[in-house]
Amino acid sequence: MSSEAPAQPFQGLASVRRFLSYTGGLTLLLGDATRYIVSMRFRFTEVIHQAYFLGVESAPIIILTSGFTGMVISLEAAAQAVAYGFSTLIGGSVAFGELRELGPILTGIVFAGRAGAAVTAQLGSMVVTEQVEALESMGVSPAKVLVAPRLLACVLTVPMLTIFADIVGVTAGFLMALIQVHLPGAIYWRSVQQTVIMSDFTKGLFKAAVFGLIVGLVACYEGLRARGGAEGVGKVTTHAVVTSIILIFAFNFLLSFLIF
Amino acid sequence: MLDEHVAGHREIVPDPPPGDIAIRLQCVELRYGPKIVLSDCSMDCQRGEITCVIGLSGAGKSTILRVINGLRHASRGHVFVNGDETTHLSDRKLNEIRRKMGFAFQYSALFDSLTVGENVAYPLWEHTELNPTEIRERVEKTLETLGLEGVDKRMPSELSGGMQKRVGFARAVVNDPEIILFDEPTTGLDPIMTHVITETIQNIQKRLKATCVVVSHDMPSVYRVADNIAMLFEGTIIENGPVQQIKASRNPIVQQFLEGSEDGPIPL
Repeated sequence: MSSEAPAQPFQGLASVRRFLSYTGGLTLLLGDATRYIVSMRFRFTEVIHQAYFLGVESAPIIILTSGFTGMVISLEAAAQAVAYGFSTLIGGSVAFGELRELGPILTGIVFAGRAGAAVTAQLGSMVVTEQVEALESMGVSPAKVLVAPRLLACVLTVPMLTIFADIVGVTAGFLMALIQVHLPGAIYWRSVQQTVIMSDFTKGLFKAAVFGLIVGLVACYEGLRARGGAEGVGKVTTHAVVTSIILIFAFNFLLSFLIF
Repeated sequence: MLDEHVAGHREIVPDPPPGDIAIRLQCVELRYGPKIVLSDCSMDCQRGEITCVIGLSGAGKSTILRVINGLRHASRGHVFVNGDETTHLSDRKLNEIRRKMGFAFQYSALFDSLTVGENVAYPLWEHTELNPTEIRERVEKTLETLGLEGVDKRMPSELSGGMQKRVGFARAVVNDPEIILFDEPTTGLDPIMTHVITETIQNIQKRLKATCVVVSHDMPSVYRVADNIAMLFEGTIIENGPVQQIKASRNPIVQQFLEGSEDGPIPL
């Protein structure tokens, strides 16, 4: 007779069930919140408040991140481009990468870490201190007063932050090219104009809006399923950030594949 | 055989209770996963009276309030609130019933991002067409009734535990509910504040003529406020009736609990 623990043939099945339960939960919450957004049954002042709290306070970190990213692309590209006689392509390559990929994805990731974590922690602590139950006991839907304004704020804010990120990234790239290889401004900006088209910018913003939706939805869902005390809130907050970042990368690939 | 089969799949909803019974729990069972919290739990709450639910810590007393409010759904059995069976209601209909109910939570559950005044005004913002001036007047009047004049601009974290409890009461009663649920209203308070809170519950009930359900194991407070007492033990109501009937109960579990004795059938 073996004393080993019995094998778990259905472990894979349990993982599939957890995945389906998670995606089902996200879908239901999205449906519920969308219903309130479409029918305009939410407080618009709360959206403004959340947009300020989530967006404006994330702006400095996003500006810093995209500034350094623009500089490092320009730093790597400039020396090579000058060596091979392609210095007229520096501006275009920085702007192309920034507008289509780096601007939206970096903004999404930083937003997930800063704003997504804040939303999850806030809602999680409301759950463990019975504030969410208090809302429900009054006949008020948490999807209406907590989720809908935050979701809308995230969807509106991330594209706006991405515009800042794009501008800062491309400008930082120019400054680096100027310092590193003394590239004249006229050449850099002409290269930007010749390489990127308007749809690169708008499609980048569309991606940013999707990332905002992902961060807002995952953050709210995780926050509302917090259990226990501070430890439970910590767990869901970490989980929300990790899940958001993975989903942002996955959807970035999917959207780049579909729309560009 | 066929009847049993059909009965297993199509539950027959019993007739609603008579009008003098505001809340009826009938054979309610509630599980959290494999754990049974309430089992074959039945009790009636008379309209316009205070029913206190007593029992050991962790017996499921607070869960009863959540079942009445619809925050937890019974796995089996029936819950009637003002004649409506609530176990299978849609969220929208359940919310309509909840609007006529106030719930004072054990730890107050005040919204920590809002001021005291905004907390109390919240049910009015959500469920009434009152204008801001009317809401402010109503909030001030409610706070005054509970001895909380001048605190409406303060944040909940700036108040003592007893004051937070009373703000929680104010939020629960501000829209004159027909039913008020109090979860452990005196737990963790000093004797003076316990007395104040107990009197507050009596005054609220007299003023609103509401049906109140108070969950507590603070027996002096229970004896002061209760019209009826229901004793919960291991998820089941084992005794339910007027205070004198409960005091005279021959059930050894009830007697041990009331006496606070170590000796008896209740496992320590």
